[in-house]
Amino acid sequence: MRGQKGSPARTAWFVVAGLVAFMLVLAGCGGGGSTTGTTGGEGGGGGEELQKLGKGEGEVNLISWAGYVEPEWVKPFEAKSGCKVNDKVAGTSDEMVKLMETGQYDGVSASGNATARLWAAHEVAPVNVALIPNYKTVFPDLKGQVYNTFEGKPYGIPHGRGANLLMWNKNDVKPPPSSWEVTLDPKVAAKYSGHISQYDDPMSIAEGALYLMNHEPKLGIEDPYELNEEQFDAAVELMKEQKPNVGEYWSSAEQQIEGFANGSNQVGTTWQYQYFALKGENEPVEASPASQGFLPKEGATGWSDTWMISSHAKHPNCMYMWMNYIISPKANAQVAEYFGEAPAQEKACEETENPNFCSEYHAEEPAFWKRVYYWRTPLAECSEGGETDCMDYNDWVRAWTEIKG
Amino acid sequence: MATDAVIVKRSAGRRLAGFFNGRPRLQIGSLLAAPMAWLVILYLGSLVVLLITAFWTVDPLSGSVIKELSWQNFEELVNVPVYREIVWRTVRTAALVTITDALIAFPIAFYMAKVAGRKTKAALVVAVLMPLWASYLVKIIAWRAILAEHGVLNWALEPIGLHGPGTGVASVWLVMSYLWLPYMILPIFAGLERIPDSLIAASEDLGAHPFTTFRKVILPLSFPAVVAGSIFTFSLTLGDYLAPKLVSNEQFIGTSIFDSITNNQPFAAAFALVPIVVVIAYLGVARKLGAFEHV
Repeated sequence: MRGQKGSPARTAWFVVAGLVAFMLVLAGCGGGGSTTGTTGGEGGGGGEELQKLGKGEGEVNLISWAGYVEPEWVKPFEAKSGCKVNDKVAGTSDEMVKLMETGQYDGVSASGNATARLWAAHEVAPVNVALIPNYKTVFPDLKGQVYNTFEGKPYGIPHGRGANLLMWNKNDVKPPPSSWEVTLDPKVAAKYSGHISQYDDPMSIAEGALYLMNHEPKLGIEDPYELNEEQFDAAVELMKEQKPNVGEYWSSAEQQIEGFANGSNQVGTTWQYQYFALKGENEPVEASPASQGFLPKEGATGWSDTWMISSHAKHPNCMYMWMNYIISPKANAQVAEYFGEAPAQEKACEETENPNFCSEYHAEEPAFWKRVYYWRTPLAECSEGGETDCMDYNDWVRAWTEIKG
Repeated sequence: MATDAVIVKRSAGRRLAGFFNGRPRLQIGSLLAAPMAWLVILYLGSLVVLLITAFWTVDPLSGSVIKELSWQNFEELVNVPVYREIVWRTVRTAALVTITDALIAFPIAFYMAKVAGRKTKAALVVAVLMPLWASYLVKIIAWRAILAEHGVLNWALEPIGLHGPGTGVASVWLVMSYLWLPYMILPIFAGLERIPDSLIAASEDLGAHPFTTFRKVILPLSFPAVVAGSIFTFSLTLGDYLAPKLVSNEQFIGTSIFDSITNNQPFAAAFALVPIVVVIAYLGVARKLGAFEHV
């Protein structure tokens, strides 16, 4: 008996040592990041545009927002083109940029705050729109925009657009809010302290700027992505005041859905995807009504997404087929209705299951979109008058870390 | 002539064996070559790469890495108050988790090592190890549900007029203390097992009060084991990012590194050196306290 006393202890040590080794292996696997990426060269973009569409390569690797690549419209594409679709869902634009830098993907559904960075990093190639027949009938106000066209060349195919929503739990938040003050005015927001859900991305600072644009006209903000130091500091200050009231900074759609479903989140910024997913589960959530264009009175930040092709694409033909397919009337209608965004394709409006879909989502009203400020990469150069005193994306990233404390 | 013929006939394997014969260093060297390569290249090598990367910077617009050496990342870490605050918050939480786990683990380990019968002991060891079989992500998500506004914790606390910690640092402390408890129990259990019962009996025979026996005999002998366990709880808390991300709205070292990885890898590398330095300092102290004497 005595002689065996030592053995359990030794066994325990072995177990501990094994566990440590296991943890180290796990940590080792997680830590393997790549540091590719090249600098140098004026301008941006990379590779040449495709001149002639060839035979499909059998597969295509995509990076997308949640809800953009779903079996309903992917299956018919695979059957028709012979290109198997491998999709990776990203939670933020930063993640999309990083994934594209691995060079393992053929294309990405980039928002305006990623497109310029991808272009500047030579990660995306210009698109030969002559090879995309459906491009002709894309809404004209989506073509040739600062976030999808560089040095006069189109660097992608518009996918669709929408506004970020203000969503709330109708059991907890009364009366129904019609302004972003419910999350941003410290006095009003204090009522929901600890239950506000804010998107974990520097772009959220633009929400503060948009709020100040309406409530502090003295600051003279005209574009929430072009802020001089004084305007920027005011917006950052507002977001810092919001911090104590924030319950969660969400970085994936699933995380926010779960937060609203379990009651921890009561009000905050969201995307259509989460709103409809929660509605589908009969959760008591509400968003700014369609009659107001889903917009609180200040307007909203939003996005206009673009399918871009990688400059390292291994399956360029399949990627071109995908870009043409996703803006074909039927598929574009499907993805727009599934996600809850305005389609990019004019003819998609004839294909939607809900015949009034396009009018409800203001797809055909350029004037409506003036109140939606699409995500964009903040640059030091302000577009007005060529001044260079605007805060750039690095400032935004740093400020976002400081806001979160 | 005859001896030459014998040598020619020897098989390649025999010749190899002959070559190693009488060269003990070479024997052990080739035996350990593979595991050593694993250790040196994968662990130490990646640390060196991390160290070098920490001196690089990124292009502000494209986010591409600029491979020129600069102190920029370290200056930022030291000069921007928010990073000091994040480091301090993380170290504080790691210390709190360690103390909490030590206080909970000691009685359990003591019962397992000195009080429980053989069968109970085996059952307890299994019970302590069992949670480690489940994915740690699943456990954190389960805690998310427990800590939720309409979760079990608030439901249980409501009748006595209390409210759970919500999404603050306290939630992280709670979840981490739960996650790493087995890593504290096992070393203490092993350490207590090593203390001969005869010492305790001798202390009693000499008229010591049980509390005095604990204070003068058991605690000093098992203290190195507690320190050994604290290395796990402390360093695991220091580096974790999933628990803070999922149960709190506060930034920790891990979450800051994770956030930086997407748009500034060199800065993430510089930040990743902070917990390494802290842990090395901690290991130095642990060594002084005798944690490695029986390893």
